[in-house]
Amino acid sequence: MNRTTSLVLVIIAGILGTIFSFWFGLNNHLLPEQASMQAPLVDDLFNVMVVIGTALFILTEGLIVYSMIRFRQPPGDETDGADIEGNLPLEIVWTAIPAVIVIGIGVYSVEVYEDMGGLHLASPPGHMHVQQPESPGTEMAGMDSAAMAAMPPGSAMAATMSADMAKAAPVIPLPEAKEQIASSYYGIGNRLSDEADEIDLTVNVTGMQFAWLFEYPDLGITVGELHLPVGRRVRLQMKAVDVIHSFWVPQFRLKQDVIPGEETRLQFVATLPGTYPVFCAELCGSYHGSMRTQTIVHSDEDYAEWVKTSQVAAKPSKVPMTVAQLSDEEYLAPYAQEIGLNAETLPKPSTRSF
Amino acid sequence: MQIQDSAIDAQEALIQVAGHGEHGVHGDHGDHAHPDLRTMGLITFLLSESLMFGALFAVYFVMKGRLGQWPPEGTEVELLLPALNTSVLIASSFVIHKGEEAIKKDDVAGMQMWYLITAAMGIFFLGGQVYEYTHLSYGLGTNTFSNCFYLMTGFHGLHVLIGVCMILGVWWRSRQDGHYSSVKHTGIEMAEIYWHFVDVIWIIMFSLIYVLTKLP
Amino acid sequence: MTQTNPRVIAQPTPPPPEIEEVPSYRMWKWYDYFTFNVDHKLIGIQYIVMGFIFYLVGGAMAIAMRTELRTPDPDFVDPSLYNALLTNHGTVMIFLWVIPTTIGGFGNYFIPLMIGARDMAFPKLNALAFWLNPPAALLLAVSFIYGGAQAGWTSYPPLSEITAPQAQVLWVAALILIGTSSIMGSLNFLVTIWKMRVPSLPLLKMPLFCWSIIAAAVIALIGTPPLTIGLLLLTFDILFGTSFYKPDAGGTVVLYQHLFWFYSHPAVYLMVLPVFGVMSEVIPVYARKPIFGYTAIAYSSLAISFVGLFVWVHHMFTSGTAPWMRMFFTVSTLLVAIPTGVKIFSWVATLWQGKIRYTSAMLFAVGLLSMFVFGGITGVTLAAVPFDLHVHDSYYIVGHFHYVLFGGSVFGIYAGVYHWFPKMTGRFLDERLGKIHFVMTFFGTHLTFLPMHNLGLSGMPRRIAMYDPQFQALNQLCTWGAYLLALSIVPFYFNVIYSWIKGKRSSGNPWNALTLEWTTDSPPMIENWEVLPVVTTGPYDYGKDRQEEVRQTD
Repeated sequence: MNRTTSLVLVIIAGILGTIFSFWFGLNNHLLPEQASMQAPLVDDLFNVMVVIGTALFILTEGLIVYSMIRFRQPPGDETDGADIEGNLPLEIVWTAIPAVIVIGIGVYSVEVYEDMGGLHLASPPGHMHVQQPESPGTEMAGMDSAAMAAMPPGSAMAATMSADMAKAAPVIPLPEAKEQIASSYYGIGNRLSDEADEIDLTVNVTGMQFAWLFEYPDLGITVGELHLPVGRRVRLQMKAVDVIHSFWVPQFRLKQDVIPGEETRLQFVATLPGTYPVFCAELCGSYHGSMRTQTIVHSDEDYAEWVKTSQVAAKPSKVPMTVAQLSDEEYLAPYAQEIGLNAETLPKPSTRSF
Repeated sequence: MQIQDSAIDAQEALIQVAGHGEHGVHGDHGDHAHPDLRTMGLITFLLSESLMFGALFAVYFVMKGRLGQWPPEGTEVELLLPALNTSVLIASSFVIHKGEEAIKKDDVAGMQMWYLITAAMGIFFLGGQVYEYTHLSYGLGTNTFSNCFYLMTGFHGLHVLIGVCMILGVWWRSRQDGHYSSVKHTGIEMAEIYWHFVDVIWIIMFSLIYVLTKLP
Repeated sequence: MTQTNPRVIAQPTPPPPEIEEVPSYRMWKWYDYFTFNVDHKLIGIQYIVMGFIFYLVGGAMAIAMRTELRTPDPDFVDPSLYNALLTNHGTVMIFLWVIPTTIGGFGNYFIPLMIGARDMAFPKLNALAFWLNPPAALLLAVSFIYGGAQAGWTSYPPLSEITAPQAQVLWVAALILIGTSSIMGSLNFLVTIWKMRVPSLPLLKMPLFCWSIIAAAVIALIGTPPLTIGLLLLTFDILFGTSFYKPDAGGTVVLYQHLFWFYSHPAVYLMVLPVFGVMSEVIPVYARKPIFGYTAIAYSSLAISFVGLFVWVHHMFTSGTAPWMRMFFTVSTLLVAIPTGVKIFSWVATLWQGKIRYTSAMLFAVGLLSMFVFGGITGVTLAAVPFDLHVHDSYYIVGHFHYVLFGGSVFGIYAGVYHWFPKMTGRFLDERLGKIHFVMTFFGTHLTFLPMHNLGLSGMPRRIAMYDPQFQALNQLCTWGAYLLALSIVPFYFNVIYSWIKGKRSSGNPWNALTLEWTTDSPPMIENWEVLPVVTTGPYDYGKDRQEEVRQTD
């Protein structure tokens, strides 16, 4: 095989590899359907990375396999291979090209993240000791005290255990215990319009062992499944009452840990009506795997219908098995909310949705 | 690669082989004299160890940042006794250095004296800490400040205790004739380095817990 | 003492090696391996044998979990036990298998031999470091009386504080013991490599394995202390009523995650760097070529350990992490790909124009290379926050890190064992069994871990005992792969045990390698050499037209 032939073969292999990489990157179908405004952004990033990754994979594995075959020891040849200690230009190239690629991916990631709203939180995380800012449309007071009342069972136990160990000094209550809790919002924001604060629907999400609870503060509905109107700006305000959970809807490509003591948020727009699973993605105990429910993205009419029926039948039966685990306060929270409903809070999402 | 047999090497090796054949234990090797390695090992260890305190300081700042008032009402610290304690500990660093200077002049008795004084100062410090613990109105579990306070000072106290043990160990060994001399006193040096380390950590800790919390 | 020529130029067949019995007083007896012995080689063997025992334990746990996951329902083990299994599978595999075997085992055995030292700088400390491991293992075993730690190897509070707290405390105690052992071992390596090289061996002529151990030791020394503090605070929260991680009393759960990952991400490099070192030893010997880009590989180890200290938050991208952190750690994580790429490409280039001998060691080394390329690429995708938000804590992660840790670390350990077994025992492993072992492991690994990527992308979370039925088919594939992997260790363990007793005798330098450990007998005598060797060539000077070395024998 002379030089020209091998050169031609290399070029052909390169072209085929590139074509394949692009084809595979753009047609991999590895991700589930896209049901949120953020999903296509993530998928584009993923597909670009798949293209690059496939190309690099083919190149490197190709070289490995070629070397393995081409440079195997000839039978009976006990001599050594070529004395090549390095090649500075080559080494510079394979340091520089990956550097360019990863910097490119980095820049692209930041851009996608910004488009997803990651850098534009409605309420950016403030100092941790700053009092929880008032945010419009959030009637969190009920949940707040409920979340606080629901101490993790373990801390009670730990406190008992510690009673012997710690001195019998009077326990001085923390003066500003309330301010410490839920004062920073981490998560993904929403950048549909410049007014990132404009939210059509706010849902308070509570994660607990082993269920999700979705409370619609403006509608007086508390349910175990997440119902969303399609094409509306949604904000999930998420809290955990016991251990860390993680809210994940694969079709939305969004995941955010739900952390005891710190409120986290997800803001997005569901773009495709349908029923999608909601998983807990952070190990939260024995039945972590069964901590799943579903989110149902409705068309506007269906959503209105659902709101109507749910409000009529706002019964405990709508709340799943978690009732047993709720404290009284928590159990009553939705009703307290319902009573607290007023003309100001109610019509705001309704007018938009109807 | 090649093995060269210089006459000296061979001789040394033979001596070694004979020695090990009989005892089967490792002693100092004829090939390598490395008198400084223990000190170097200790310094490497202390660099790593200092990150433990670094992590504790980080935890302290995180906890401080989460509370508006630090320390929270009812869990304030006293300043007088700890300040006395601190000055004793700082002074002890100079005392222990006198000990090292003494051994460099082959003055074993002087070294013993200075080291015993250092140990006594260390014990005084620990006693002061115990007194402080027993006279505070709050315990380990009271709030996050007291968590940090007891854990950090306790963790440091443990190091002081280890330091005192090291110093007393050095003193115990020095009673054997000729164990330490001006040319052979790695143990003394290590105890001193460790003691300085404990001292420096305390200065940072004292500033964080006692001084900065008293500032307006 | 007879030395065979380490490299044969233009000589059709190497001369039949003469094997001399080492006088018995220069060797250890079998019972010495169960004692507090300070010889670095004996300690190395202790670590490796311990590692391979716990490999079986961790593997059994994995098989139990994969069996559970054949079906979507929790029908094989109790879900709590499943969580205990996944926690201890991770703990055992990391802390009692990969790290002890690579750093403790290969490191202790070969660092002094490679640098021409008679032992480590602090032999007693070395033995102490090893003997902290068995009690740690015992603690983990005892923890199962209390249900076993169930919060994952990450043991995030509050879950770890409220679930089986007694077991959790024992788990913490075990980890602190192992961490202490790791610090002792690491400072020992640093001082040894720095101070105890033969005078003729400058730093930049050391075998690359030594460089990778330096990098790993630095990581261990920097990372372990904060982890210890993190675990200590966890214990205090559980036992003594402090509230560092209790949000309802002023603490924060995210603090633990920072302290934990500050160590535990570098711990990944702790598991991989020594194996990179093994690669750099194995590939040139069997490709019969100098390593390509010695300096680049050496410094890239240091670069990985340095950059690796600033990437830990990428494990917390979905946690309570500020946007700027998500961005910063995306970029820093991506940067790790550069030095890693340098290594990979350098190894591939080392194969180029070599004369590759397909021994089992080389097969595993090349297998590692191909696995690691894939694991590395999926790793790069994970660095990008937007994509990581989707796959974080999903099976994609599980697939990714098993490609890196099984396809990487475990393959590397296998390569190292096949490469150094003659040196450590004086006997060859059976090559035919070795090749069977390789084929089974190679296909088993792909079958087990490749489908996991698809599972994760389509939405299966990790660490679950029960899952959505839509994932069943791929899970069954993984389970069959796991069974194949379990089967693949049979020829290996048989091979090792049989060959250790009855294998073909090996000369001092059966592979014609050039690093210093091959200049002494196999197995090396106590104190390693009668006369310390003098370094006259580089560690990888294959194919060079060097002066014909004259090796004197005494």
